[in-house]
Amino acid sequence: MRLSSAQEITQDMFEPLRLGTGEGEAITRPPISYWREVVRRFRRNRLAVAGLVILVALLAFAFIGPLVSPWDPREQSLFDTNKVPSREHWFGTDNLGRDMFARLCYGTKVSLFVGVMAALIDLVVGVIYGGISGYFGGAVDDVMMRIVDILYGIPYIIVAILLLVVIGPGLWSVILAMTITGWVGMARLVRGQVLQLKEQEFVLAARALGASHLGIILRHLIPNAMGVIIVQMTFTIPGAIFGEAFLSFIGLGVPLPLASLGTMANDGYQYLRIYPYQLIIPAVAIIMTMLGFNFVGDGLRDALDPKLRR
Amino acid sequence: MVQDTVLEVINLRKYFQFGRRAVLKAVDDLTFSVNKGEVFGLVGESGCGKTTVGRTIVGLYSPTGGRIVYGGKDTAGLHGAAVKRFKRRMQIIFQDPYASLDPRMTVGDIIGEALDIHGLARGRERLARIHDLLNVVGLSAEHANRFPHEFSGGQRQRIGIARALAVDPEFIVADEPISALDVSIQAQVVNLLSRLREERGLTYIFIAHDLAMVKHLSDNVGVMYLGRLVELAPSAELYRNPVHPYTQGLLSAIPIPDPRIERERKRIVLEGEVPSPVNPPRGCRFQTRCRHAKPVCREEDPKLKPVAPGHLVACHLF
Repeated sequence: MRLSSAQEITQDMFEPLRLGTGEGEAITRPPISYWREVVRRFRRNRLAVAGLVILVALLAFAFIGPLVSPWDPREQSLFDTNKVPSREHWFGTDNLGRDMFARLCYGTKVSLFVGVMAALIDLVVGVIYGGISGYFGGAVDDVMMRIVDILYGIPYIIVAILLLVVIGPGLWSVILAMTITGWVGMARLVRGQVLQLKEQEFVLAARALGASHLGIILRHLIPNAMGVIIVQMTFTIPGAIFGEAFLSFIGLGVPLPLASLGTMANDGYQYLRIYPYQLIIPAVAIIMTMLGFNFVGDGLRDALDPKLRR
Repeated sequence: MVQDTVLEVINLRKYFQFGRRAVLKAVDDLTFSVNKGEVFGLVGESGCGKTTVGRTIVGLYSPTGGRIVYGGKDTAGLHGAAVKRFKRRMQIIFQDPYASLDPRMTVGDIIGEALDIHGLARGRERLARIHDLLNVVGLSAEHANRFPHEFSGGQRQRIGIARALAVDPEFIVADEPISALDVSIQAQVVNLLSRLREERGLTYIFIAHDLAMVKHLSDNVGVMYLGRLVELAPSAELYRNPVHPYTQGLLSAIPIPDPRIERERKRIVLEGEVPSPVNPPRGCRFQTRCRHAKPVCREEDPKLKPVAPGHLVACHLF
């Protein structure tokens, strides 16, 4: 029945409802787990979904691209140098005659690998370090956090350059350079979360029940800090990819014959005036990667925030 | 009737260190005992150390000084498996029903956690126990798959009670279990606690700042002020004959449900704020707000002494 105005509501429209025992306790809404709620909120965010689409496209490009393209990213052909994009070479060729499409697929894969590895190492080191510091608190926390403060104060670029000079360039050197001070951000974040969570009454309740430290950490602290950790990771990955691109640009990136988006941009930059596509193509790839991860990160941050629960 | 003392708290102290110098004396020299099957009420205003006492008794904080003797054993001397056994005998119910349940776990897992920790039940039996416990607190089995945010405050508090009951304890510290609830819901939780006490022979320490509720429930009542016990008496005696000026002030704050009497009644209003427990006043801690303060109150710290059988008070006036 539709009511157009308040006047139409009369006494006889109401009928008494008899409450049986327990009827008031019933919940009619279907049970919704935290993660399902997160997915629902994430899907409502258009920008985040767009970011996810970009990321999926990038992954497809990096892993399916090489199957589609007939060219080898390492094969040089001095007869085919600096060809503009054509039907034969979709993204053209570079100054050594290597196919840019194949090379870009390869470079994207390497860049994503650097980003994901750096984020994983940050995750493991940061969560363990920050978790111990926050959980045990007191003097342990003081010492551990002062170390973090010192590391935080050193510009990472100096450490990275020194490290690459000492241990020499290489894929793992770049990842190490990225993570050697990079984990402090994660450690601080996790420590803050743990400090906050461990005083919560549900953790005290677990302790009163006799739960072990490990039990509390695995059962309560990590699941509750997971959202923040995931968001931090989605921002660490593009950070590391960009850092690698930057190191490549100043000549400290992954060495040949490896390629990354950064080294490709660096190569293309030298022919900017004559063959602009050699810079534009890897630059667009870098931009798409950055945008994709940042959109997804923002979307996850909003979706995981329990205060926004509706 | 011979009464068994089940819990003895002897000269309990709990200090918290703040920075280099500052020490917060949350609980200072507290002595009382609880008999088996009784409800011991602990009252006092916010920040007087009630919660700290409760949490120290169940072992969440380690005492700075003094002893907690449960069932004839000093709890400080327990190690390893003995600690775990102790935690099965004594449980705690928390104040805030919104903070005391892990938001990421289903109600079934929250209650089941207690069973898992002590290895009490597994698989189908575990589920049956969880459903039983939910029924005991007036919820139904289908609530086990729900998340805490889907429940009301009163329901959550009952889930908290079910969790405490999961290990089949004999002693429960109820830390202001009703103060975060609507008045209309308070009764259902209090009635549940009373029913459980009768059915399972539980002993409670009931912490509250609502004296009317404590009167309704408790056999003995301790009144705390700034980390100290200022008066200790059987419930009826305390309400009939409050001796300490602070207790008188607290009791006078209970409204009488008759407007005629309530209008005529002269209330004792406590002036001023509670002094900081980091820097408590010299002598009697209550002297800054006491209407009857004498010079001796500024100098000497009063000791608990009997004024009637079972009725102790810490005041220079008696």
